[in-house]
Amino acid sequence: MTWVNDVVQGIMLGGFYALLACGLALMFGLMRIINLAHGDLAVLGAYLVYLLLEHWNTSPFLGFVAVLPVMLLIGYVLQRVLLERSLRSGLLVPLLTTFGLSIVIQNLLDQGFSPDDRSLGASAGNIATASWQITSQLSIPAIGALALGVAIVIFGGLQLFLSKTGPGRQMRATAQDPDTAELVGINSRAVYARATAIAVAIAAVGGVFLAIRSSFTPYSGPTYLIFAFEAVVIGGLGSSLWATLAGGIVLGVAQTIGGQINPEYPILAGHIVFLAVLASPRGGLLNLRRATA
Amino acid sequence: MTLLAIDHLQLRHGLLEAVRDFSLSVGEGETVALVGANGAGKTTLLRAIAGAHRASAGTISFDGDDITRVPAHRRVRMGIALVPEGRRLFPSLTVEENLLVAADGGRGGRWTVDSVIAAFPLLARLRDQRAATLSGGEQQATAIGRALMTNPRLLLLDEVSLGLAPLAVDAVYESLPVLIAGGATILLVEQDLTRAMKAADRIVCLLEGQLVLEGARDQLTREQITDAYFGLHRTRGVSA
Repeated sequence: MTWVNDVVQGIMLGGFYALLACGLALMFGLMRIINLAHGDLAVLGAYLVYLLLEHWNTSPFLGFVAVLPVMLLIGYVLQRVLLERSLRSGLLVPLLTTFGLSIVIQNLLDQGFSPDDRSLGASAGNIATASWQITSQLSIPAIGALALGVAIVIFGGLQLFLSKTGPGRQMRATAQDPDTAELVGINSRAVYARATAIAVAIAAVGGVFLAIRSSFTPYSGPTYLIFAFEAVVIGGLGSSLWATLAGGIVLGVAQTIGGQINPEYPILAGHIVFLAVLASPRGGLLNLRRATA
Repeated sequence: MTLLAIDHLQLRHGLLEAVRDFSLSVGEGETVALVGANGAGKTTLLRAIAGAHRASAGTISFDGDDITRVPAHRRVRMGIALVPEGRRLFPSLTVEENLLVAADGGRGGRWTVDSVIAAFPLLARLRDQRAATLSGGEQQATAIGRALMTNPRLLLLDEVSLGLAPLAVDAVYESLPVLIAGGATILLVEQDLTRAMKAADRIVCLLEGQLVLEGARDQLTREQITDAYFGLHRTRGVSA
């Protein structure tokens, strides 16, 4: 029964990782950009919500609704001002740019908010600690279930957007062949900027869950970036959105089961699954080679 | 009325001069064939007109406006569409999606999914099939249809017969009169001289990036064109 509990907890943890991974996968799938500042953008979203709650006593989820337009704008401007230019110089330059951006965001947050631990757990109220006791061995935490639910809604919504709407169609066409997309009248730069806006906004959703689940500091980003990146790789490098959600869940389950084997193992177990996928013949490395070719 | 005017255009691939001091004007409603050997600069020229290749000197005007610096996607809105060499469909999009994605960025007009399918009946049963699974001829029809969806005033066709079975090529060329009747001006690149001479009002011959021969179809002989194609006129020109 403990194993069933581990798997259930892992699936919910995976939903949280998938939220963090979603924007990363979107940007990689569309532009081949590996956004090393993705974790820091998630943390930035958490801080913006934190800032808002200092002035208005409300729920972090309502606070996020107010922060959402700001995050969309940050993503749009980030693409137009910084990433678009770096993308022109090849695939490696955006990697360096986002690495630098990651450091800049961390230090700005440190300056603005001090390096103290913060959390949105207290302002989230009951939902942060509530759980449904199914059996004596199996309980479902409300926040975990909510993260998984939100992940499913976001992945589903994004999938619908990509497959059913005009702008989504343009995004898929641009991902496959940006030159030809231009030749049929698609402004590929605008498509890229829209995608980055969406990616940064979803990163902030992950950031809010991160801040409710545990504490965060200006330097929390890179840790979560690694989990998000592992979820993307296990899920086939942004080739499909549902695979990224599955990748997050595989990572989450690997971590909880690793933790059951030995309390010191959860992170290690996740890394091992990630490396196994990366090294497997049909796995990530092959995709990575194809992606960069 | 002149629709497209190219003036002293120079195009480069790095150090290589692909097109040199090229000038041409195409009137509204005309069909012009661009012929020349491989590497003569035909494809580069079409890509430059469509905005996919930057001009290093000279100007391109469309309907009186200088478009030399206008990005490709805005030229589509102005009414220029290119059917690129090798079709270049979006492989994982369906035929219908390939058509619709072009409609989003183009001008409104008489071409819709239904009218394109009426012009290319073979596409009717392939509507929901992914472009990657189509045969060469079906892909070419989709690629032309996709360009039409933007309702172009100037349609650029780059080697539409390349790699197709002769029957499929016939089908493509049979569709040209439909396009011309629709008022489109056409600039096409074609390796097959017989087809080029049949389809076009005017023939323009490129050799090593330069215009070497130009004339109305009925004023040029096949021999003249062949000579220009291979660069034989240079020596003959001296002796004549």
